Amino acid sequence: MSERHISEEEVRHVARLARLALNDDELQSIGRDLNAILDYVDKLAELDLTGVEPTTHAVPLELALRQDVVVKTLTREDVLANAPSAREGLFCVPRAVEGGN
Amino acid sequence: MTALHTLTVQAMLEGLDGREFSAAELCEQTLDAIDAANPRLNAFITVTHDEARAQARAADEARARGEAGPLAGVPIALKDILLNRGVRTTAASRMLSNFVAPYDGAVVERLRTAGAVFVGKTNCDAFAMGSSNENSFFGPVDNPVVPGCTPGGSSGGSAAAVAAHLCGAAIGTDTGGSIRQPASHCGIVGLKPTYGRVSRFGVVAFASSLDQVGPMGKTVQDTARLLEVIAGHDPRDATSSRQPTEPWTEATRRGVDGLEGLRIGVPREYFVGGIEPDVEAAIRAAIDRLEVAGAELHEISLPHTEYAVATYYLLCTAEASSNLARYDGMRYGHRADGDDLLEVYARSRDEGFGDENKRRIMLGTYALSAGYYDAYYLRAQKVRTLIRRDFEQAFASVDAIVTPTSPSTAFPLGTRVEDPLAMYLSDIYTISCNLAGLPGMSLPCGVDGAGKPIGLQLLGRWFEEATLFRIGAAHEALAAPMRSTP
Repeated sequence: MSERHISEEEVRHVARLARLALNDDELQSIGRDLNAILDYVDKLAELDLTGVEPTTHAVPLELALRQDVVVKTLTREDVLANAPSAREGLFCVPRAVEGGN
Repeated sequence: MTALHTLTVQAMLEGLDGREFSAAELCEQTLDAIDAANPRLNAFITVTHDEARAQARAADEARARGEAGPLAGVPIALKDILLNRGVRTTAASRMLSNFVAPYDGAVVERLRTAGAVFVGKTNCDAFAMGSSNENSFFGPVDNPVVPGCTPGGSSGGSAAAVAAHLCGAAIGTDTGGSIRQPASHCGIVGLKPTYGRVSRFGVVAFASSLDQVGPMGKTVQDTARLLEVIAGHDPRDATSSRQPTEPWTEATRRGVDGLEGLRIGVPREYFVGGIEPDVEAAIRAAIDRLEVAGAELHEISLPHTEYAVATYYLLCTAEASSNLARYDGMRYGHRADGDDLLEVYARSRDEGFGDENKRRIMLGTYALSAGYYDAYYLRAQKVRTLIRRDFEQAFASVDAIVTPTSPSTAFPLGTRVEDPLAMYLSDIYTISCNLAGLPGMSLPCGVDGAGKPIGLQLLGRWFEEATLFRIGAAHEALAAPMRSTP
């Protein structure tokens, strides 16, 4: 594959950052696509952007603060209804800390 | 008697108010039409027969009491990335294929209060990423007007449902053209409101600075009526605008007279190569009709148009990689097996996301990663400023801009999926609108030599949807005599 912008090793690194367990075929094809897309987006380098401010939102935003009052939230039952695994009113997740029982 | 489900929303409401038929009858005919057509079209992922019947009954009762809301009894289809309580909301993905929404999103809440009847959740590209509806975990949608072709995307199921009369109107979302392009390919009306006009609370997020919810209907007036219901400030969306809503339906009533005094810009950069000859001819003819009918035409320039696709695909993928980080298989969504936490995350995401989701997450993660942030993400944000300024300058001398919605008409299923860049480039006319946060509308504008619908796009100033409704209604009135020809 063309590796003009991003090498196979870098594709693996980005997949680790993105928490995606891509197989070798996916790494190959996504790497190929990324290089083609990055080739194309290089056209932005043609522009002189000196003094141009970045736009994060197209419409001006005001700082939105909510009232500090108690509001109704979802019930525990509602929140857990979509859990892949739940027990005794809690989410069950794989072990995240090493050692001990 | 006319099949009730084929009526416009306006005609449905007139019939319901005049007691010509009941919401229950309208609902049954619509559900029958869905059950008959959906196995072929695949426009709906979930059909909510029971909820629809209960809502239709409630609408009839409310009308009998004299308390009917503005959409009481009207069958509405919801793109399957809008949460409605108790109903499966999949985002057309494996990741959320079993997710049942625990609450109503803002748009759903407003429609419910207005008396709408929810007939089901429409198919789309997974997490709204795509231009053909072929990235759905639940399979592609067939174009009801041009069988064998895609309906466009990502709101392809919503567009197909409207075109096939499987609802009065539908709700879609538009991040880079996902309402307007499928509206164009299916021959219906689609509106992307100004960014901030409609609350995004309860919508599965793709690219938060670009996403906007909007109506898709059979007529301009129907979309105006829906916008009246779904627009308005919502404290649960920090980007929701406090701009007052307007009686937009009124703006559609003047027909051709609505063009009086309007200055319409035609951007020269939108008519340079890559556009199908039949599409260009139809758009030019529509522009001529608008001018003859009283609009003042001006050639304008949007000089940074050629940078819009590159800018859009850097920004939307960066935002998507961040938004989709929440899907880790812990609290909801697909969970895969694995030996440790990290492996469970990575496998759940690999299995739960589609190819296009992964491609965009990867590009976005790369564009935001150390060493590349300035070269890609920050640079794209600066070009976004230039694109926005192009429109500010143009709107100093014109009230609206007219363009094609898409350079081509509906393309055959399976012909573009292998080349993501080519698919991205087909969004050229719709994405600047999202980058600038403007309102944009796609209108039916005749058909090409093969009978495929062509879409005319109107762009307006920020929060001036009323202008689009005026021009849209005029265009509709001018184009009406053509509609009877096949």
